[in-house]
Amino acid sequence: MSRSRYSRRLPAAALVAGLALAVSACGGEAADTAAPAASASSAQLDPNADLSKQSVTISVWDGYTPKELPQQVKEKLKTELKVTLHDTNETIMGKLTSGADTGLDVAFVSGQYAQALNEAGLLEPIHPELVPNLANLFPEAKELAYDKGNVFSVPYTWGTTGICYRTDLLKTPPTSWNDLLDPPAEAKKKVTMMTTERWLALPAIKALGYSVNTRSDEELAKVKEKLLAAKANLLAYDDTTFGERLKKGEAVMVEAWDGWCPAGEKNIDFVVPKEGSDLWVDTMVVLKSSKNKEAAHAFINYILDPQVHGWAASNILYSVPNKAAMDIVDADLKAKTPSLQMTPAQLLQGESIIDLGEDSQKFTRLATEVAAQQ
Amino acid sequence: MTRSTVSGAAAASRSRRSRALGRLIFLGPGLTYLIVLLLIPLALVLSYTLFRRGRFGGVVYEATGENFTRLFDPLYLDVILSSLRLATIATVIALLVGYPTAYLIAMLPRKWKTVALVAIVLPFWTNFLVRIYAWIVLLSGPGLVNSTLGELGLGPFEFLYNQGTIVTGLVYSYLPLMVLPLYAAIEKLDPQLREASANLGARPARTFVSVTLPLTLPGVVTGCLFVFVPSFGNFIIPELLGGGRSIMVGNLIRDQFLKARDWPFGSTLALALIAVLIVLLLLQAWSARRA
Repeated sequence: MSRSRYSRRLPAAALVAGLALAVSACGGEAADTAAPAASASSAQLDPNADLSKQSVTISVWDGYTPKELPQQVKEKLKTELKVTLHDTNETIMGKLTSGADTGLDVAFVSGQYAQALNEAGLLEPIHPELVPNLANLFPEAKELAYDKGNVFSVPYTWGTTGICYRTDLLKTPPTSWNDLLDPPAEAKKKVTMMTTERWLALPAIKALGYSVNTRSDEELAKVKEKLLAAKANLLAYDDTTFGERLKKGEAVMVEAWDGWCPAGEKNIDFVVPKEGSDLWVDTMVVLKSSKNKEAAHAFINYILDPQVHGWAASNILYSVPNKAAMDIVDADLKAKTPSLQMTPAQLLQGESIIDLGEDSQKFTRLATEVAAQQ
Repeated sequence: MTRSTVSGAAAASRSRRSRALGRLIFLGPGLTYLIVLLLIPLALVLSYTLFRRGRFGGVVYEATGENFTRLFDPLYLDVILSSLRLATIATVIALLVGYPTAYLIAMLPRKWKTVALVAIVLPFWTNFLVRIYAWIVLLSGPGLVNSTLGELGLGPFEFLYNQGTIVTGLVYSYLPLMVLPLYAAIEKLDPQLREASANLGARPARTFVSVTLPLTLPGVVTGCLFVFVPSFGNFIIPELLGGGRSIMVGNLIRDQFLKARDWPFGSTLALALIAVLIVLLLLQAWSARRA
């Protein structure tokens, strides 16, 4: 990577300096190595705190909240809101677990990552008395496997994974994950699957009838076999542009998150295969290191307002776990958007993805093995 | 006499000191840059290789050697070897295409030389990702090439998403880095040497093998290095043009940091990459000294 030449003694000196830095960083990492006990100690929060003296910094995916949110929050709560962005769960996890103070108060992460952050002792439990709008949530939204009862996270959006396909270019609509893994002749080399490890494995796991949270080496070996067989009929692994490929006709059948399938387009439809699928949830969490916890709770409460939360459903086309918000989504939009038609009961049939701790490396290895095989 | 010697020595030491100071002033910014932005991060990367992965990411400071034993796991070794293979093929093709190109440019009249060189560098003015996406547009199933061939009653062909497209992308992206050092080496060559060789009865082919090629070898080595190094560590081209169907060591490293949350092993892979490149740099230095 580095092409520069340098004198002979410098690297040794720099190594020593680096080691010193590394060792000094140990202190900050203590929280990381601590036993994964749930964060029991919850701060004393003042329900009457003057929010205009606090400010909230959040980290969220680009386009996941309205652009005008800072002005709206300022108007409503008198609190300054600073929005920072992350592109993936892994980026924000890297930031939050690095041991440095990020200055963040609220982060948007997927459920299994919220679980991991909580086990690492980095989250403040949610104080329900400061979030009265929790009452707007569907009862099902309190039954999520990674955090039953919304102890340390508040769900923002939820959905599932299925097959997004061209109705005009396939002879029969797909109904099973096996249709994706072993496609009919007209779809050979015109199929994409996702590359992020848990979703890469999902179709094969469900086709074989296993749990999405399986840790069994035996089962994963079978999953690998199935994925390798499927690779031969695959156009590409794609996490981001599968919708475009489908519109262009480069692909006729893709593994897709419900909200990402351009099912509003003519000739494109979405199906959750009969073997079942996952339930993913993107959540909001308050960080233990936050110095503005009252304002952070007020912010979450504001997001759960039906008008604000409804924005997400109408604009990013993800279902939101907020009954009052779903009720005000435009009926026409709902009618042509499969992701908004999923009921909470249907969604909960999907299996919640949870963090597997050390065993998550098995999925990493599986993904590498599948990608490396020619 | 003693006095003048003493004062002379003092003056000499003064001038030595001021020269040292001058050097420090001029070297200072560069040195600071190298230490802060290269050596310290590199040292951190090196130090990570010795520790364990944190369960939730980051690094746990417990010494272990398992990152290095993992390096020799056939799975990762295969990825490293296949990256070496792809980068080598790309380098050889770039050399075979680049050498005649550089030779022709060097033989052009002065005015056209500049035009040709600008044309070589021009693609660099466009964003790398845009150029790679342009290849996808060109080569995809319903893309430009296939639809043109379709008019002629041929195809459609599957050009995209295999190792061949990866190599094409690598050659395309880094060819200018091969042509420029070759051009510099060929252009420097004294034409009289070739004339002398011809006068002594050597045929053009013989002149090329015995005179031109050996004298431009440092350019060849530099060009090969410039193509090989970024090819070896590339992860965007395998992902976009390879459709994620094959991985190179660059993808592996990126995945350790951004997906697997395994910084120590990612650092170890990076270290392995650096080690390979240092060997190559040493070879280049050796060949440059011989020339």
